[in-house]
Amino acid sequence: MERGGRSRNGGRAVAMKPKARRWRYAQSLHLGMPSMHKHVAAAFAMFLGLALGPAAAQTRIAIACGSVGVEAQLCREGVAEWARLTGHRADLVSTPIGSSERLALFQQLLAAGSADIDVFQLDIVWPGILSHQLLDLSEWIAPELLERHLPLLLRNNIVAGRLVAMPWFTHAGAMYFRRDLLEKHGRRIPETWEEMAETAQVIMRAERAAGASRMQGYVFQGRAYEGLTVNALEWLAGSGAAGIIAPDGRVAINTPRAAEVLTAASRWVGTITPRGVLNYAEEEARGVFQSGNAVFMRNWPYAWQLVNAPDSPVHGRVGVAPLPLGAAVLGGEQLGVSRHSRHPEVAVSLVMYLTGRAEQRRRAIVGGMIPTIPELYAEPEVLAANPVLAQLRDVMADAALRPSAVTRGRYNQVSAEFWNAVHDVLSGERGAAEALGRLERILLRVGRDGHW
Amino acid sequence: MSARAGWLFLLPMLSVLTLVAGWPLLRTIWFSLTDARLDTLDAYTLVGLANYRALVADPEWWRAVWNTLRFAAVSVTLEVVLGVIIALTLNARMRGRGVLRAAMLIPWAIPTVVSAQMWGWMLHDQYGVINEGLLRLGLIAEPIAWTAEPSLALWAVVAVDVWKTTPFVALLVLAALQLLPDELYEAAEVDGLGPVGAFFRITLPLIWPALMVAVIFRALDAMRVFDLMYVLTGNSRSAASMSVYARQQLVDFQDVGYGSAAAIFVVLVIALVTALLVTFGRVRLGGDAR
Repeated sequence: MERGGRSRNGGRAVAMKPKARRWRYAQSLHLGMPSMHKHVAAAFAMFLGLALGPAAAQTRIAIACGSVGVEAQLCREGVAEWARLTGHRADLVSTPIGSSERLALFQQLLAAGSADIDVFQLDIVWPGILSHQLLDLSEWIAPELLERHLPLLLRNNIVAGRLVAMPWFTHAGAMYFRRDLLEKHGRRIPETWEEMAETAQVIMRAERAAGASRMQGYVFQGRAYEGLTVNALEWLAGSGAAGIIAPDGRVAINTPRAAEVLTAASRWVGTITPRGVLNYAEEEARGVFQSGNAVFMRNWPYAWQLVNAPDSPVHGRVGVAPLPLGAAVLGGEQLGVSRHSRHPEVAVSLVMYLTGRAEQRRRAIVGGMIPTIPELYAEPEVLAANPVLAQLRDVMADAALRPSAVTRGRYNQVSAEFWNAVHDVLSGERGAAEALGRLERILLRVGRDGHW
Repeated sequence: MSARAGWLFLLPMLSVLTLVAGWPLLRTIWFSLTDARLDTLDAYTLVGLANYRALVADPEWWRAVWNTLRFAAVSVTLEVVLGVIIALTLNARMRGRGVLRAAMLIPWAIPTVVSAQMWGWMLHDQYGVINEGLLRLGLIAEPIAWTAEPSLALWAVVAVDVWKTTPFVALLVLAALQLLPDELYEAAEVDGLGPVGAFFRITLPLIWPALMVAVIFRALDAMRVFDLMYVLTGNSRSAASMSVYARQQLVDFQDVGYGSAAAIFVVLVIALVTALLVTFGRVRLGGDAR
């Protein structure tokens, strides 16, 4: 699967199966059709709908996507455009903002066999968890529409041979740095973690001596939560250490190299990193960095707009680069269709429209969402709206994934055991070798010796 | 005849209780004997007591139990001591007493999640106001990571709980204090009993029933504490309570069988603690308070 290639069918949804219906979808979303007819037809359909009750042509489905801010706005606009093109309707369902609360809600809805929501927005680690309850989209979607997406994301969404979700937008961790401080002290952007730690140490000392007593070297996400799993996997990626679980299901974490990497990270805490990092999520880290009190920060691309806002104390003094060693662990959101949906073909058409090229391009330009279709990374308009993407696009292709597809329903447990082990090492409760040995024993028990 | 009518009147309440409390409890007990998972609730097999055996063997569970017991013991003790002191103060005749009584209730009126988040920001190690204040006063040289340091996190949670629920204890004690007749104190004065003696010989025995009600309420609440830890320290195991552990198993890990076993265990532990409190606190639940 290569980048580029067949792209001309734009955001059009092509449903493959059942065969008889295929053309209906292809036509109903045919963007080349004279738009006049479309409007008239839509107006007429609406009139019929109002006058005679539900018209045969109009189907009403429900989608659960982002419920606040720009995410909600982009979703609403995208759905409205799809509704205009197809004549169907989709209601937006508000879901909890917190990701674990949202997952719990989805699990309960799906486990109860509810058909209330047809299309779900899914975090990158959820396809494995919810795979039993989601439709296999590969039966509906033409392969050439799949190939345009980042292969890594498709692999993430294929669980036990079934494509249970389509990639919608993605992101990866980036290294934010104080450009002014690096210039002032004659330092370059670090390429290894050791260099980062050394640079942070030197600048922090000098700045503290010069009166900035609150200056810290490096802040990241060290709270015992999913973010720490991602941070620690980034340290491991590119270091030669394997991930937590190998693709074949083997527990691969307990290696001397991994112990070295974690030991090095634990030395940051209390020297270049405040001990409070043990309870920092994204926003706490940004709070320290944006107040001007840190040289480096690891964060997601969303932080760029905020640290560069006109009222930000570090406005205009921040740069962004890939993490040392080009480490990247992908995050992002997918769209999946419930197995219990009463209108799977309409739901699939909505998913295909929203994850299609035209809509992803619009979302990238209007809302700064990073597309999952790499050929868009070359478009000047997309890059202009996403300065972080320009830095990250090269490392995204070689990024790593969390082992959610292989561990399936046990992923959250694996991740929690991992972040707790890392947290123990960072806080000094356990040595790295001891923590990893213990983690390996627990994971072998949880994963029933690799049979997940 | 009247007994039958009594049962008839009780029937609606009993059926509602069975529906909203009995049924979920029985279902949880049932699930705790299975290997059910949240995404496939219908497909499970009976595993007997395997979940309980695994629970008893899990050191993290016992850490959660120990955290909860320490949290409950320390926070309830502090709340009772502070609550009684505040109630005695507010019971004295002084100017502005009404305003003070109303102001005292503010922490209790704020939803727990809100106050937890508020304290989370105030306790933040880099831009929290508490570190700022302590640094300015010269009491500490370096900012302290209150909610992150494994040895401090639980005590930070205790402090927030004390701040929030002391008013509740104070309110109950204040209500009891206002019922105490003045003659007793006049007689005590005549007999030459000092203020300390009066407190321990008269006040404390008379407010004891109300105090024990407050203690039982608070102990039950403290034993199933969830929201404070969840907001302040997340799932961090250094401060996780039994409820945090059970929720993580049930929801995050989707292990309904194992999580239900943990939840049932929480109920058992709370029942045990309540029984001990009622027995040793000489509380008569069956009426006839005097």
